[in-house]
Amino acid sequence: MKKIVIDEEFCKGCGLCAEACPKKLLSVGKKLNKQGYPLVEISDEDQDKCVSCALCARVCPDVAIRVYRQKKAQ
Amino acid sequence: MAVSVQPVFERPKVLKTTATHYCAGCHHGIVHRLVAEAIDHFGVQDRTIGIGSVGCSVLLYEYFDIDVVEAPHGRAPAVGTGVKRVHPDSVVFTYQGDGDLAAIGTAEIIHAANRGELMTVIFLNNTTYGMTGGQMAPTTLPGQVTTTSPYGRDVKVEGYPIRMAELIAMLGGTGFSARVAVDTPQRVLEAGKTIRKAFGMQIEKQGFAFVEVLGACPTNWGMSALEANARVSGEMMGYFPLGVYKDITVSA
Repeated sequence: MKKIVIDEEFCKGCGLCAEACPKKLLSVGKKLNKQGYPLVEISDEDQDKCVSCALCARVCPDVAIRVYRQKKAQ
Repeated sequence: MAVSVQPVFERPKVLKTTATHYCAGCHHGIVHRLVAEAIDHFGVQDRTIGIGSVGCSVLLYEYFDIDVVEAPHGRAPAVGTGVKRVHPDSVVFTYQGDGDLAAIGTAEIIHAANRGELMTVIFLNNTTYGMTGGQMAPTTLPGQVTTTSPYGRDVKVEGYPIRMAELIAMLGGTGFSARVAVDTPQRVLEAGKTIRKAFGMQIEKQGFAFVEVLGACPTNWGMSALEANARVSGEMMGYFPLGVYKDITVSA
């Protein structure tokens, strides 16, 4: 399950989210978007390690990150 | 066991799904989101009127799904006064930078605050004129190099940076004045609460509310996004301390 969804057309690769992540799961990669900005990436493996704290999304100046969490049904 | 997916963080409804024109690492986007969240929180999208200013935030109407009036340079508080008096039930906010609010619009902001107009002012202080290419602003720090102060701001010639949050707090008509920053997740949360409070004071008809936000301008500071973000607490907060300078809803 993807806990972190990055909107590739909004991301500008500033890296503020990578710095804010307490587990350092995000990094600025080499893939570029249409505007020519490098995109922030998170591997599928790291998606599982994510604790959905949403600190990355709160510091993102471009509101490019959506955060989800798994909720176990009772 | 069944597992459902629950959203933790999503885009505020008032913020249009449009990529902004701001540079990578610019703090304007965070402040836009916090303002949008405040409007969502109070459910006043249909009666909110934003007043756009001149500066990097001039395209406010492109990003907010509300009515926006574009004011002449520096005159957003004067335009806001008119809008609010004609439509007293509307929620009016101005969104201004330091070139707009602290330089050309000093008279308008001081008199609007002093009259106690029922509106909310969001002021983004990034110590430079962003849109025109990084010239010296009234808020430029002593010694800071800009395109018009290539040897650093000399306070003997160019004077001192203006502390707007303290200045506005001194006026009788002001209901709320505070300075916040958005350089760490914790401060973003606090800034969000402060902006919500500033909108709440208007909706509750308690008084004029002013929020100064310290922002980064990586492009015009000649820094990377991370360096510029670090400068906010490293250099700016020494001269521009964070805090609430006036709040008439809290008795001393």
